[in-house]
Amino acid sequence: MLCQECRKRPATVHITRIVNGRKTEMSLCEQCAREKGELEFLVEPQFPIQSFLAGLLQQGAVPMLKVSGPPKCETCGLTFEEFSRTGRLGCSGCYERFGERLDPVLRRIHGSARHTGKVPARSGEAIKARRELARLREALAEAVKAEEFEKAAELRDEIKRLEKEVG
Amino acid sequence: MTLFPDLTGKALSRWMLADGPESDTVISSRVRLARNIEGLPFPHLMTPERGEKVIEMVRRAFASKDAAKLGLDDAEVIRMSEMSVVDRQVLVEKHLISPNLARNSTSGAAAITPDESVSVMINEEDHIRIQCLYAGLQLREALYRADRVDDLLEGKMEYAFSENRGYLTACPTNVGTGMRASVMVHLPALVINNKAGQVFTTVVKLGFIVRGLYGEGTEAVGNIFQVSNQVTLGQSEADIVQNLRNVVEQIIAQEKEARESLMSEMKEQIEDKVGRAYGILLYGHVFSSKEAMQYLSDVRLGVDLGLLPQVNRQVLNELLVAIRPGYLQKMAGRELDPWERDTMRADLIRSRLRPDGQASASAPA
Ligand SMILES: [Zn+2]
Ligand SMILES: [Zn+2]
Repeated sequence: MLCQECRKRPATVHITRIVNGRKTEMSLCEQCAREKGELEFLVEPQFPIQSFLAGLLQQGAVPMLKVSGPPKCETCGLTFEEFSRTGRLGCSGCYERFGERLDPVLRRIHGSARHTGKVPARSGEAIKARRELARLREALAEAVKAEEFEKAAELRDEIKRLEKEVG
Repeated sequence: MTLFPDLTGKALSRWMLADGPESDTVISSRVRLARNIEGLPFPHLMTPERGEKVIEMVRRAFASKDAAKLGLDDAEVIRMSEMSVVDRQVLVEKHLISPNLARNSTSGAAAITPDESVSVMINEEDHIRIQCLYAGLQLREALYRADRVDDLLEGKMEYAFSENRGYLTACPTNVGTGMRASVMVHLPALVINNKAGQVFTTVVKLGFIVRGLYGEGTEAVGNIFQVSNQVTLGQSEADIVQNLRNVVEQIIAQEKEARESLMSEMKEQIEDKVGRAYGILLYGHVFSSKEAMQYLSDVRLGVDLGLLPQVNRQVLNELLVAIRPGYLQKMAGRELDPWERDTMRADLIRSRLRPDGQASASAPA
């Protein structure tokens, strides 16, 4: 058998790749194989993180996934089955559509399912205010517990003021 | 196309010329933010027309007054389809774009600043991936810069964002902050001492990823490793960067300890290893890139230990890119077969490492 790349030298290297669940086979001579390996971007690589994720989803390592839910995102048409095969969602709507089923996946990857980082300024004011409210309520509970009533009163006023702002 | 000639013509990016903190162990720091535009499907489900729209939005953002205020208005927006395969390969080798973007001849594009410290990949796995690069250990600086670029783009388009999930990305492994911070480290002493594996096991247990020089799935060549955060959701950007910095500082301390113990316990062997590597690189005529990377790592260690005062570290940084197949072919102006590449690589290394080749450690104009 001749090398599929140069069609000159005998093929001695046989490469099997599984990309997005599809199997592709290549038979190359040593020189061409080395070249392909070096010219990395010409060969579709395997994505360890993505295949890790797909593995996670397919093996049912996340039990919640067995629960039936909406099969398809209305916005982009991606099915949950496609997502669990490729590890990629189709649009921002998918996050809402597959919401509950994503929770355990996100917890498994990140140890958390809730964002606490940067917020875009555009939509951010309300979110920042809600975060601040949550923080103040926690502080209030602590102040009450510690019987620091003066501080608690201050916090209560602050919370009331902010609640009015958020509406 | 008015492509900066240095972009594919010079191996050393201008941002690499600054000698960053911890440059004897840390080569570079990078922060990448993944962003998508609300109302458009993610790139893998997108029509070419919509891909054009994304490119246009980024182009307009970079042409705005706000971009000028940030000194970003001289960034160039380049389409993959307008570049040769070799030019794209060079950008991959310089870490300015990903292989995934280079393959996207339909809608792939990038906005890159002349000093090459900021690169915004367009229509990669996500619509937008902002990338900022700094020499040495400068994660906070890289985050600050990426944050400014992000503010600029956000002012001109609506991002896909949810209060609970944060910035929404095509792959759930990036959702939340959308941030991947990474540090490229050179750890020859830990490898010689057989301690690298042990150190990496700990690093991975702490929730960080260790990979080879060219990212996911690449093996470590030349004792160069990339350490990056795995978690993107549930922690703030500043916390992630701080944690990564702490881990990297630990790794640096271990590497320095290993270097000291090598120099106190087997000084002659190390001097011999370094001297031989330098000699082989000065007089060899055929090098595969893997072999060259190994000897260059030994020489770099020699420079760090003060054993090779005649070698300039910038030349070594330049060679990291210059000996890659894409760059070699760019220099040759034609396709090279593997044998030609191996001989050209050796010619290049010989001329750059000779004491008289050092002076021309070309600062890109
Ligand atoms: Zn062949
Ligand atoms: Zn969708």
